[in-house]
Amino acid sequence: MSLLAVRDLTKRYRRGGKTIAAVDGVSFAIEPGETLALAGPSGSGKSTIARLVLRLIEPDAGSVQFEGDDFLALSGTALRSKRARLQMVFQDPLSAFNPRATVARALDDPLRIHAIASSAERPARIAALLERVGLAADLAPRAIHEISGGQRQRVAIARAIATNPSLIVLDEAVSALDVSVRGQILELLLDLQARERIAYLFISHDLGVVRAIAHRLVLLDTGRIAESGDARAVIDAPQSAIGKALVAAAPRLNRIRP
Amino acid sequence: MSPLSRLLRRPEAVAGAIILALLFAMALFASLLFPGDPQAIAGPALLPPFQDWSLPLGTDRLGRDVLAEVFHGARTSLAVGLAAAAASLLIGAVVGTLAGFAGGLVDEVLMRTTDAFQTVPSFLLALAFVSIVGPSLGIVVAAIALGAWTGPARVARAEVLSIRERDYVAGARVIGMHPLAIAFREVLPNALPPVLALSSVIVAAAILTEAALSFLGLGDPNRVTWGGMIAEGRTVLRTAPFLSIVPGIALVLTVLGVYLAGEGVVETTAVRRSLS
Ligand SMILES: Nc1ncnc2c1ncn2[C@@H]1O[C@H](COP(=O)(O)OP(=O)(O)O)[C@@H](O)[C@H]1O
Ligand SMILES: [Mg+2]
Repeated sequence: MSLLAVRDLTKRYRRGGKTIAAVDGVSFAIEPGETLALAGPSGSGKSTIARLVLRLIEPDAGSVQFEGDDFLALSGTALRSKRARLQMVFQDPLSAFNPRATVARALDDPLRIHAIASSAERPARIAALLERVGLAADLAPRAIHEISGGQRQRVAIARAIATNPSLIVLDEAVSALDVSVRGQILELLLDLQARERIAYLFISHDLGVVRAIAHRLVLLDTGRIAESGDARAVIDAPQSAIGKALVAAAPRLNRIRP
Repeated sequence: MSPLSRLLRRPEAVAGAIILALLFAMALFASLLFPGDPQAIAGPALLPPFQDWSLPLGTDRLGRDVLAEVFHGARTSLAVGLAAAAASLLIGAVVGTLAGFAGGLVDEVLMRTTDAFQTVPSFLLALAFVSIVGPSLGIVVAAIALGAWTGPARVARAEVLSIRERDYVAGARVIGMHPLAIAFREVLPNALPPVLALSSVIVAAAILTEAALSFLGLGDPNRVTWGGMIAEGRTVLRTAPFLSIVPGIALVLTVLGVYLAGEGVVETTAVRRSLS
């Protein structure tokens, strides 16, 4: 059984009297410990799919199965406790945190909400989480806005793994980082996956990054799946028009290696 | 440059701060300098000011010490003004946050209620409330807050509407935070600055409303109030105008001081925010 199974997912928006389908009958599945990339041009519906899968918005049609549960049927407390298993990392690590937060508070929240550790144990847990993402434990008391972008994205990853999730949705999680930091974060993600068998839904418009991290790839075009398959096979020999266009527009493809 | 030194470079803010400091000193030291009941008879009735230096501002119709009354009145004005403003900011922030964050029917109901309160002139609302429930300090505070929370509620709601779309609110949902915790722990504190910017106007208005209620005899009868003093003095306005003029000046200066100091604070913090 797949970890996540999305079927015929559809989300429409009204814009100026017209209805447009941001996501139009999309189906895919993710296996435990696997990275599925979602790529496509800007506006193709990648972020909308991420928000649908995370129940941040509700679909107009379709189903989402997660760990065997009908994820769309959950609500209230049941939904909130299930969220421990399905986490997210945002593109801009600065706007993803409360502007008043410290590193410690950002990591304390998930531990407290899901009763993972008592308040006496939490400082040690927070230090251990920071270590797992390659940060020094003495970063804890710092304000989120005081640390660097790369450190911030590591804290975001630490927050996402705090509740021991089986799937993390990463929406352009490395796009805002400069190249060297991006490589380090990708390495951290690969390392975490190898150690803890976390699956990723990895959203990116950058096929070079996708090739470095993803097992399989779904290419989107205006809300529909244009093609999908083994990530390298699709990138090396794209069949769809949008696939060819994206590959042609990505000159650095072979320079990033996993 | 520290916010304080920036504040001190604005002459109008400094003037406001000095007036406020004096006012607080008056309120704090009222019972030290004028122990005993300020409403007790202290000398001959209607003694004009600057005649007897033990009663520098003279006495009123009943022989009460006007200076003592002014000092004790500062206490009432400040207490009522600050308490009513705090209550209306609190109510407004909570209502505005709930409306903006919950949206839908909750928003509709709360905002229609806000509209209803805003349609009735706030002074009439306070007047009606005190006439029905009866005058006491707590009731006067509640009555003023009843008419003053709608502004903060609107400002808070507008701010919350923009904040709730931010990534960190989605992030709080993703980690499974309860919606009420998101509204009050994550959203409300970040929506507060523009709401708090209304404080000076609300405090000033609350002090004026308190004075007006007292002038109409609807203040707490056990406390000296400037509004009550003006009303007292009105009956002897021709022969002893100072009885109305003295508390009148105190009232005008207080409102001016609150307003100037408040505006100074808001402007220096706004400058700081636009610089950062
Ligand atoms: N809240 C919304 N209201 C209206 N249209 C939206 C909304 N969110 C997304 N869209 C539209 O849906 C389409 C897909 O957007 P999005 O999922 O953000 O694309 P991507 O992440 O691939 O760039 C775009 O045309 C976008 O304008
Ligand atoms: Mg996007």
